[in-house]
Amino acid sequence: MPADTMETSSGPAALAGVPDTVGVAKPDPIVVADKVVRRFGGVTAVNVDHVEFQRGTITALIGPNGAGKTTFFNLLTCFDQPQEGTWTFNGTPLNGVAPHKVAKMGMVRTFQLTKVLTKLTVIENMRLGATGQKGESFLGSLLKQVWSDQERSITERADELLARFKMDHMREQYAGQLSGGQRKLLEMARALMTEPELIMLDEPMAGVNPALKQSLLEHVKSLRDEGRSVIFVEHDMDMVFDISDWVVVMAEGRLIAEGTPDQVGSNPAVIDAYLGSHHDRDLNPDVGGGPEGGAS
Amino acid sequence: MNWSNLFVLTVSAAIGPEAVRYILGAQGLNIHYGYTGLFNFGQAGFMAVGAYGVAIVSASEQAGGLGYSVWLGVLAGLVAAVLLALLMGVPTLRLRGDYLAIVTIAASEIIRLVIRSERFDWLTGGNSGINGFANSFFDANPFDNSHRYEFGPFEYLGKDLWVMLIGWLVIAFFGLLTFLLMRSPWGRVLRSIRENEDAVRSLGKNVQAYKMQALVLGGVMGAVGGAIYALYQNLALPDDFVTRTTFIAYAALILGGAARVGGPIIGGVIWYGIFAFMTNLVTEVSGTYWFKSASWLPSIVKDNAGQFPFVFLGVALMLLVVFRPQGIFGDRREVELDAR
Ligand SMILES: Nc1ncnc2c1ncn2[C@@H]1O[C@H](COP(=O)(O)OP(=O)(O)O)[C@@H](O)[C@H]1O
Ligand SMILES: [Mg+2]
Repeated sequence: MPADTMETSSGPAALAGVPDTVGVAKPDPIVVADKVVRRFGGVTAVNVDHVEFQRGTITALIGPNGAGKTTFFNLLTCFDQPQEGTWTFNGTPLNGVAPHKVAKMGMVRTFQLTKVLTKLTVIENMRLGATGQKGESFLGSLLKQVWSDQERSITERADELLARFKMDHMREQYAGQLSGGQRKLLEMARALMTEPELIMLDEPMAGVNPALKQSLLEHVKSLRDEGRSVIFVEHDMDMVFDISDWVVVMAEGRLIAEGTPDQVGSNPAVIDAYLGSHHDRDLNPDVGGGPEGGAS
Repeated sequence: MNWSNLFVLTVSAAIGPEAVRYILGAQGLNIHYGYTGLFNFGQAGFMAVGAYGVAIVSASEQAGGLGYSVWLGVLAGLVAAVLLALLMGVPTLRLRGDYLAIVTIAASEIIRLVIRSERFDWLTGGNSGINGFANSFFDANPFDNSHRYEFGPFEYLGKDLWVMLIGWLVIAFFGLLTFLLMRSPWGRVLRSIRENEDAVRSLGKNVQAYKMQALVLGGVMGAVGGAIYALYQNLALPDDFVTRTTFIAYAALILGGAARVGGPIIGGVIWYGIFAFMTNLVTEVSGTYWFKSASWLPSIVKDNAGQFPFVFLGVALMLLVVFRPQGIFGDRREVELDAR
């Protein structure tokens, strides 16, 4: 599990000396995608030739609206199938694998349009995230003795996470009563209940209260320090520059640049892509905007 | 008009064998629709499979059956229900919800039409069904089958008491089972699937497998309902399993409150109580001289008085769904938080 992968240097150090060319090989990739193409009718939403994501780092995936970031997430996590291409997680090919199996392998994602379970309380949402629950099998569920101890330790872990996300006071509320930003937080916290090796966050900051953003950033960094890998889609450039070790830029389905935040920030192709569609570098998060590909 | 008689008839019907059948069907639908969000519109098919399972297996060989005991017959009905659930679930549960609805309603009608067709007369008795297979069931009756037992104003034949005893024990058992399952993490997964399958998938749970378990469990409950009703009548009849049977079970569930253990039970009792009350009331009223000679009543009302209970219950159900969508027992918050 994540802790074992600590022997390689994590964070920026792991990527020192890696050139900023598109599709460049990484020293220890956790996800590798090759010639992945997804078309919707006439629209080619994703056309990624080759990309590698380094283990134990925080990678930002950025690009203008409609660049194909969400679709690419859907493809990598098997919530959607590409017309062409192969991709691997920890060297395991994922073509045709069921999405829940991908999550079980340790690659867990959140959704741009949140999918919190509105009719469950916050704490129940959290408990659902825990894996390997004895009480989730038909027979095991019948006897409370079988699962009550585990349920207690799951609840403890859930409460710790809720406290870290400053959501502990909402524990007993139905998730349907939360604001959009709170739902984002809950979904991220719930994904962490699975103890993922790689967590993929689709616009985690959209709609989140600015006062909370800083602590959330710290939290994402601490995930890396625990040895986990993070890939996130974000429009908030401050966040991208603040926490990411590596940035991958998409536009119109293709990768147009990658590198450290500084390298990417001064890349003319990137500025072009953004100016071409936005005329503004600090992009507005498109909360609830853009379609969600096959996962809606 | 004899009100006390009307009261006795109403209460007897509300807890009688007919109500038992719908309650069991509704308990199954509560697992499917109430907790998991599966649209099974073919509960009548599961009930038919339960009824014909016991009928075919335990009818004597002269009557075209296999001549085994009724208990083995009930077991056969349950196995058949499991197979039916697998047959319908494997191709449809991976698709969006409406496919299951289409397949289940079609399958239940196919089952009914097949068992009532002449071609299968040798096996299912065609449209006159199979009868006379339940003798060993009534032989096991601790009450005297033909004796009338009195409880205050209520009177029951020993044979009906036996069916009601078994029926209510089974209802209690399924109620307890539902309670145990739904308070557990297993139930939490089901309720989550009802709301958002992809969220559950993203957390590494095998949604298809859970939906299949729910479909099988609820189908088996329906099959038990069908089997008990067939035993009660000592007759399995294809047209007891028309789609209306499914919808009455749904109505009972919605009336009582979906996703509540007591919902289908209370809902079934009230539904059948009201139905019996209305039917008896209409029979009494339409038999009076006053009704027959009331020239101001349009003939469509006079000629169709017997349909009135259905009209009444239909309107009542509509009002319920509009003004109290969570049913009698449901949690309003669960319904209202639906979307934002
Ligand atoms: N399910 C879908 N059906 C049709 N077109 C889609 C679907 N999902 C995404 N697209 C299209 O694919 C492109 C990329 O969308 P998306 O991946 O949501 O972009 P991003 O997340 O980068 O904003 C857009 O042009 C969008 O309209
Ligand atoms: Mg997107």
